[in-house]
Amino acid sequence: MQTEWKFTAKDIAEKPDLFLSGHRACAGCAPATVLRLIMKAVRGPTIVTNATGCMEVASSIYPYTSWATPWIHTAFETAAANASGIEIALKILKKKGRIKQEQIDVIALAGDGGTYDIGIQALSGAVERGHDFLFVLYDNEAYMNTGIQRSGGTPFGASTTTSQAGTAVPGKLEQKKPIADIMVAHDMPYVATASPNYWQDFIKKVRKGIEVNGPAFLHVFAPCPRGWRSDPAKSIELSRLAVETCVFPLWEAVDGEYQLSIPSRVFALAPQKKKPVKEYLEMQGRFRHLFTPKYEKILDEIQQITDAKWNKLLKKCGMTQPAKAT
Amino acid sequence: MTSREKSWKEISPAGVCWKPSTQFLTGDWKTYKPVRDPAKCTRCLLCVLFCPDGAIHWKPEKADIEFDYDFCKGCGICANECPSDAIQMKLE
Amino acid sequence: MKSVTKQEVLALNGDEAVAYAVKQSDVDVVAAYPITPQTIIVEKFSEYVSNGEVETAFVCTESEHSALAACLAASATGARAFTASASAGLALMHEMLFVTSGCRAPVIMAIANRAYSAPLNIHGDHSDTMAQRDSGWVQIYVENAQEAYDSVIQAFKIGENSEVLLPVIVGLDGFTLSHTLENVQTLPDEVVKKFVGTRQFTMVKTHEDKTAPFRLDPENPMTMGPIALQNYYFEFKRQQDEAMRNALKIIQQVNEEYARITDRSYGDGLLEQYRLKDAEIAIVCLGSTSGTVKSVVDELRNEGVKAGLLRIRTFRPLPVEEIMRALGELKAVAVMDRCMSFGGNGGPVFHEVRHVLYDSSAHPYVVNYIYGLGGRDISPTQIRRIYEDLRKILKAKRVEEPIKYVGLRE
Repeated sequence: MQTEWKFTAKDIAEKPDLFLSGHRACAGCAPATVLRLIMKAVRGPTIVTNATGCMEVASSIYPYTSWATPWIHTAFETAAANASGIEIALKILKKKGRIKQEQIDVIALAGDGGTYDIGIQALSGAVERGHDFLFVLYDNEAYMNTGIQRSGGTPFGASTTTSQAGTAVPGKLEQKKPIADIMVAHDMPYVATASPNYWQDFIKKVRKGIEVNGPAFLHVFAPCPRGWRSDPAKSIELSRLAVETCVFPLWEAVDGEYQLSIPSRVFALAPQKKKPVKEYLEMQGRFRHLFTPKYEKILDEIQQITDAKWNKLLKKCGMTQPAKAT
Repeated sequence: MTSREKSWKEISPAGVCWKPSTQFLTGDWKTYKPVRDPAKCTRCLLCVLFCPDGAIHWKPEKADIEFDYDFCKGCGICANECPSDAIQMKLE
Repeated sequence: MKSVTKQEVLALNGDEAVAYAVKQSDVDVVAAYPITPQTIIVEKFSEYVSNGEVETAFVCTESEHSALAACLAASATGARAFTASASAGLALMHEMLFVTSGCRAPVIMAIANRAYSAPLNIHGDHSDTMAQRDSGWVQIYVENAQEAYDSVIQAFKIGENSEVLLPVIVGLDGFTLSHTLENVQTLPDEVVKKFVGTRQFTMVKTHEDKTAPFRLDPENPMTMGPIALQNYYFEFKRQQDEAMRNALKIIQQVNEEYARITDRSYGDGLLEQYRLKDAEIAIVCLGSTSGTVKSVVDELRNEGVKAGLLRIRTFRPLPVEEIMRALGELKAVAVMDRCMSFGGNGGPVFHEVRHVLYDSSAHPYVVNYIYGLGGRDISPTQIRRIYEDLRKILKAKRVEEPIKYVGLRE
């Protein structure tokens, strides 16, 4: 599935920001970058609905707003339910001749809380009903807005306030829920993963998600320096390393057919270029405990799990890792 | 910072926001500020794209980049990502 | 000039009457989830949609919580939205009830009043809507299927009024009304359509320094549902309270307007007074039981007893002055509650009526009768006994038991 839209960095840079400056996100917040870039990808009149979370709170402190588009927030679990209501209202009002615009796109934004966990019911229902909207998950891998508590999207071994790394337990013991694969299993038209560092790939995917007729789901990797205890200057770098280590591979599933995206393809074709997961983990304080003698074996475990998931994905994409050179 | 706050009779119903966040300057959050060497800068525009606060602008009429220190929070992403090392973070 | 419209009598149960009213009211979006005893409303509506009889988007959401969220967002986008629920479904919506009224979205919802779990019970009582009385929704309780039909139509006009802009619940007793067939006088389609009109939007100030109609429209972007910190939240709540106060007069106005075209009105829209004028003792009641009480009142009046009934139609906003005027000079009042408030010293209606009458100079005795929980029937004999209790109280000049249970096996 292709989009006809071609753009350069200049084109994007010259497009006015629809997610305005002056929001109260932390310095170095990748979700904020993610939202800015999403809004650069819109093609026309758009209505945005946001689940409760960091981006919602940071952008709508009454009486200020960072949204240059119509925007509504209702509750934590309702991003997809809102989008459903907006989408059908637009359809019926257009039919009754009460809306003059030819096409209004609907985008639902939610963090991992509003997607993996409390929001999954509404998301699954909205997708099953086939509403025409794009759902974007900005994944900072914990409930950041309420103070860094674990979510279904928190990776194995990460320390959060409700899955603390202590003397008895090394952080979160459960695996990260494969939310994008779950969405593919819904038989929906378009699912993709993206990372802000690979901005062309990301923006293209947003546009494809908007253009597709029916529901689209975009899982975007969005580092949080506060919650991950990482350097705010490295948020984009982390989103690059996540792809280079295959912790967060980039792919698309068009009508259920998986295809590896270009930034991740290089690691399938030249696996020696794949970076060790350790390089990614050591930049984050939430994994610091894994670099102590007590828990360092878990690093190997994480590498194995990452490799296994990567190989599984390659199979789905019809690409297998070339055998090790003898 | 803000003028006198309004009474319940003066605000629109249902909490519709009436000020754009561009009236709320976040520039005083920073400790370090990015300083660009225009000689090294290749105008790749990565900093413009990656800034979480949209505080770096591409000015087509000047064919150059401008930093908006009113909103820059000093995170350092621009300096970290610049492929030509054209940006340094300096103490404010 | 009164121009009473020619009406068609249809045999409808309460749920069907609601569905029919929604069909005629030019509703744009219906998003709902089925729950006994409301199911007939959504099923009937699905039938209308499948036969192309309505121009309404009908969405079967995956839960009640999402149903209300979808209706709220649809309403914010400019659609006229309706949903229906009961009991646990309404409870599941609890969070969204507050959000809907806080967002000032005039979503209309029919509730086929049903008991809460546990234990599971599918039959009628008022615990579901009573538990939501603080949520900022207007609450109207109907006595019969006719009133259900009339009140749903009126609800759109009440909620969408610019001085109100609040969501409205129309409550009809589960099974007793929802599933019981009645002769309902229905208006012609064009008359209802004209009565409800097209939705108007109040003007608000946006962050682009424009004044624009209150809806999500890319032409006039606005931000709805922000976070309001300690410095502003209180003011929004005060606005909602003001809207509730305005609703008192709007409900009366709409009742009057409707009476002009149908020759039907329900008291003043807020309260219905039945033979209360010179009454010494009275029952206060909501919903279908009022019908039974009326027949007991007639019997007692024939025997020379000065008995009356006050039916509270509009429970939220509470018609304080009207209740005071209706009951203030009586000698003894029995408030019937089809709901318990555990640990609360009586039921919710008892609390509300008693607090209003606290200021009455005549200071009547006010006692509470909890009845009908989980769909337990109440008979005219049992109601008669309540009036006898009131007479005993007057004779003894004291109250032995302020709170009693009717029909409970003790």
